[in-house]
Amino acid sequence: MPTQYEAGTFDVIVIGAGHAGAEAAYAAAKLGAKTLMLTINLDMIAFMPCNPSIGGPAKGIVVREIDALGGLMGKVIDKTHIQMRMLNTGKGPAVRALRAQADKVLYQQEMKRLLEEQENLQIHQAMVEELIVEDGEVKGVITQIGGIYRAKSVIITTGTFLRGEIILGDLKYSSGPNNQQPSIKLADNLKELGFDIIRFKTGTPPRVNNRTIDYSKTEIQPGDDVPRAFSFETTEFIMDQLPCWLTYTSTTTHQIIEENLHLSPMYSGMIKGTGPRYCPSIEDKVVRFNDKPRHQIFLEPEGRNTREVYVQGLSTSLPEHVQKKLIASVPGLENAEMMRAGYAIEYDAVIPTQLWPTLETKRIKNLYTAGQINGTSGYEEAAAQGLMAGINAASKILGKEETILSRSDAYIGVLIDDLVTKGTNEPYRLLTSRAEYRLLLRHDNADMRLIDIGYNIGMVSEERYAKFTAKREQIEQEIARLREVIVKPNADTQAAIRSVGGTELKDGIRGADLLKRPEMHYDLVASLTPSDKEFSEEVKEQIEIQLKYEGYIQKALQQVERLRKMEDKKIPENIDYDAISGLATEARQKLKSVHPLSIAQASRISGVNPADISILLVYIEQGKIARVAND
Amino acid sequence: MDFDTIAAISTPMGEGAIAIVRLSGDEAIAIADKIFQAPNRKNLAVQATHTIHYGHLIDPKTEEVVEEVMLSLMRGPKTFTREDVVEINCHGGIVSVNRVLQLVLRYGARLAEPGEFTKRAFLNGRIDLSQAEAVMDLIRAKTDRAMNVALTQMDGKLSRLIGELRQALLETLAQVEVNIDYPEYDDVEEMTVPVLLEKCSWVRDEIDKLLTTSSQGKILREGLSTVILGRPNVGKSSLLNSLVHENKAIVTNIAGTTRDIIEEYVNVRGVPLRLVDTAGIRETEDIVERIGVERSREALKGADLILLVLNGAESLSAEDERLFETIEQMDYIVVVNKTDLQQQIDLQRVKKLAGGRRIVTTSLLKEEGVVELEEAIAALFFEGQVEGGDMTYVSNARHIALLHQARQTIEDALNAANAGVPVDMVQIDVTRTWEILGEIVGDTVQESLINQLFSQFCLGK
Ligand SMILES: Cc1cc2nc3c(=O)[nH]c(=O)nc-3n(C[C@H](O)[C@H](O)[C@H](O)COP(=O)(O)OP(=O)(O)OC[C@H]3O[C@@H](n4cnc5c(N)ncnc54)[C@H](O)[C@@H]3O)c2cc1C
Ligand SMILES: Nc1nc2c(ncn2[C@@H]2O[C@H](COP(=O)(O)OP(=O)(O)O)[C@@H](O)[C@H]2O)c(=O)[nH]1
Ligand SMILES: [Mg+2]
Repeated sequence: MPTQYEAGTFDVIVIGAGHAGAEAAYAAAKLGAKTLMLTINLDMIAFMPCNPSIGGPAKGIVVREIDALGGLMGKVIDKTHIQMRMLNTGKGPAVRALRAQADKVLYQQEMKRLLEEQENLQIHQAMVEELIVEDGEVKGVITQIGGIYRAKSVIITTGTFLRGEIILGDLKYSSGPNNQQPSIKLADNLKELGFDIIRFKTGTPPRVNNRTIDYSKTEIQPGDDVPRAFSFETTEFIMDQLPCWLTYTSTTTHQIIEENLHLSPMYSGMIKGTGPRYCPSIEDKVVRFNDKPRHQIFLEPEGRNTREVYVQGLSTSLPEHVQKKLIASVPGLENAEMMRAGYAIEYDAVIPTQLWPTLETKRIKNLYTAGQINGTSGYEEAAAQGLMAGINAASKILGKEETILSRSDAYIGVLIDDLVTKGTNEPYRLLTSRAEYRLLLRHDNADMRLIDIGYNIGMVSEERYAKFTAKREQIEQEIARLREVIVKPNADTQAAIRSVGGTELKDGIRGADLLKRPEMHYDLVASLTPSDKEFSEEVKEQIEIQLKYEGYIQKALQQVERLRKMEDKKIPENIDYDAISGLATEARQKLKSVHPLSIAQASRISGVNPADISILLVYIEQGKIARVAND
Repeated sequence: MDFDTIAAISTPMGEGAIAIVRLSGDEAIAIADKIFQAPNRKNLAVQATHTIHYGHLIDPKTEEVVEEVMLSLMRGPKTFTREDVVEINCHGGIVSVNRVLQLVLRYGARLAEPGEFTKRAFLNGRIDLSQAEAVMDLIRAKTDRAMNVALTQMDGKLSRLIGELRQALLETLAQVEVNIDYPEYDDVEEMTVPVLLEKCSWVRDEIDKLLTTSSQGKILREGLSTVILGRPNVGKSSLLNSLVHENKAIVTNIAGTTRDIIEEYVNVRGVPLRLVDTAGIRETEDIVERIGVERSREALKGADLILLVLNGAESLSAEDERLFETIEQMDYIVVVNKTDLQQQIDLQRVKKLAGGRRIVTTSLLKEEGVVELEEAIAALFFEGQVEGGDMTYVSNARHIALLHQARQTIEDALNAANAGVPVDMVQIDVTRTWEILGEIVGDTVQESLINQLFSQFCLGK
């Protein structure tokens, strides 16, 4: 054991500098906490071990939410992408989502630069081996080389490093992602501290050199040619974009897999961890859907200054020689040179029902966990948790209120509520279908939903907030105007309506009602109801969406309102579930382990039925009466 | 007060001449106003608290008069729950009470959970601390019992059918979702509006069938329409009286009102019977006599069940034989009455004419054989002979209320799809329908959609 020394005292220590760690450290420092970020390798800050892409359905909206709350991910990807596309443009506004292909190296550099510049934030390269815990409260960390760092709170964001093991064919060795050092002592320490641990698995495909790809056999997938950005603050847009390419597996690919299935650690039983269904390996896909003649393969450049290409769709842990054959069987990749083999990785995760919705652990005070360590998968999911853990850790120290987003506030709220209420038995990924109010949780209105919160916490600057409130006022005023103004059925109006294929007016109609017609757009309605104001595209979009889908939005809001009453019914922290007669046994156990904060959260726990909720309500009210009676 | 408005039947089923449907909550009076019409047309909203009102319940959609009722209006906090309470007093039979309950559920109330009135009374401070324990026990006990009842009341056919509808919806939803969460996934055809319309219309039609051909639509709403048929003096009125008497049916008039036509509802071992136009039968003694065989055939057309009464003390007459012929195609039970007298009737002949239908012998005078007759009616019903082949039996008030809700949401989805609303919004109502149907069979796990998504499609990188 190395000699130990006192290395300093901080408010918040963040272990890890992945996507969760970066946001956590930034947020804590930004809120004024004296923050230290420790990570195994400083050259790997915000590294993307899997595909070079950020956003997509649900996830892209999370990036917008992170931005509205003052986080970094959106701003960094806006500066470092090689291509951006808006997805689902043919569908309703609720499901539109932005996706970017990242330049991996530039992304890391930009994130590192922003963190280095952040006041109150120290960054240091070190492997943490042990937490200092006294009386159920975390007090600091000890590193491999003997540094003792004291702190009021600690956030662990160690991703897939805890007892990481890489599996490739019949080879299995202790390692973090991409052959980085794994984190073993810390994993042991968490077990010793009494945390329940689950073993998960994920994987990544091989990379090839684009000099050796025959693109003529593939289809081009360009980015959008209009300016796009995740951050509401971005004003400079990258229009010089690189395309991705689409190809397919062949019957030979499938044959190779079938012939070599016995060599796959997935099927030999060597992999025991549970993998995510939504990132299946190619061997999984071929076995489970063997009637599908071919699977899509997307070729994604890893950056501008490299020839390395990520072969999306070919995630595998088959031996390297089989992977080479697989690559050669894909049209366009016949002669492609493999640069890195794909692999699977197994790691320890903390069962997330052990957390409060602030991401603080129930077991140890002032200790937080965020990111893949909580059983999630994905950069955006990690960043979102990091941000919330950073905000809550710092707020607690600074004596401010905690921030818990609800399921109707944000996808981030859905994500964290799912984790801490239901737990997960496979790596958790956000999907739009996990949100019950996705019409409210749109890409376009992330700022409308969250900037007030971000501003009140202190994550959003005065300047940005002032700009936002001006935008909000414009929207409100213009909507109010359209609700009043009457469009008369004169010749101009009828001609305009005919021009977009609508039916002519019989009587005068309010501007707002005209806009609700499916074929109508804001600009057209505005031209028929002239005002002296000019609005940005962003503002027009809000007006149009808010009016056009008003009925649905109202319906969703009513549901939310009903739920809010249940959210407002708080369950006392010291409740003794054993003392409540009438609870079903299963419900009692679940309630004891999850410790829900509100009646609404309790009702989302599987195995807790309406009768149990009624009984709980009666019991809580009884407590209130008892207290009043005692006074 | 922060609760929604709940409703339930608050008198024991089938007992007593009057039954009460109780509403409690902020909307109780508003909901009652939607369906209640007093002779003076005054709204309940302007009436004083703790008053009783006579009038009619009218379904505002169909303008059909549902019931004649007395209604008690009580504003909170001087009520059992401390909320606004409306109690609708109606004729006590299962049929009319259910009809009233369904009506208030359709116009904005939610069916109360077991013990919920008591729970509210407690939460609103009406019941004191010492009773809290009892309240919790009551909720538990009532819930457990209600769950048992709900499960036993749901026959296999219904849960299978609901299961099929949900699976169809789930597959549709998964297809919408996969287009959203995996936009470049090329293996699924885009869920287009016509496909969605087709699936949703099918589901709506099936729900409609359930609602109309089910016991709710026909049997619970109207009772099993039953005609007692026979020559004069064979004992028809006596049979009616003993059925009515045995089963405490409601012959009541609400005080101060008269009704021209009394439909007698009796609940025979769980089978609601509507004995048609009994007043008429009682007065003229005999439909056959009154309107002749030809026209009685007309009157019999709408009947679900016929009780053909014969006089065992006389031999079969030509008229008896004609009656057999008239009802040849229908469900009937033969009642050979007056067994206390010397028997003249040729039972072999009766058996032959009845062609396998049940034959029950009674002495209505001595009150013998009625139990056997009741058993025969119940057996006939539950064996499905009376229901007709494709009818599924939905009787649980909760199930019916949920089916109505599901019907509404799927209709919303269809209207939206027709109006050109994007598929992912139409999907909101489709999801809701799926959830509501799930409540009927006790399954609303959100994970199912995600499971469906990943088992139906090969997704991911
Ligand atoms: C092989 C592979 C394949 C993947 N495939 C997918 C996929 O297909 N889809 C998907 O959505 N996601 C995938 N992921 C997951 C995605 O990469 C992660 O979810 C995301 O990066 C997690 O972010 P994080 O901040 O939680 O952890 P990471 O980004 O892993 O960061 C962990 C950080 O903790 C530091 N650290 C660890 N232990 C210590 C210690 N003891 N002391 C100090 N610092 C420490 C590390 O240095 C690192 O900076 C994959 C990951 C891997 C490794
Ligand atoms: N002995 C005897 N008389 C009966 C029986 N049932 C009915 N009656 C009598 O038969 C007469 C006619 O009965 P009623 O019910 O009015 O016959 P309806 O004309 O068919 O309605 C009455 O005097 C009854 O009391 C029975 O089972 N035995
Ligand atoms: Mg008679």
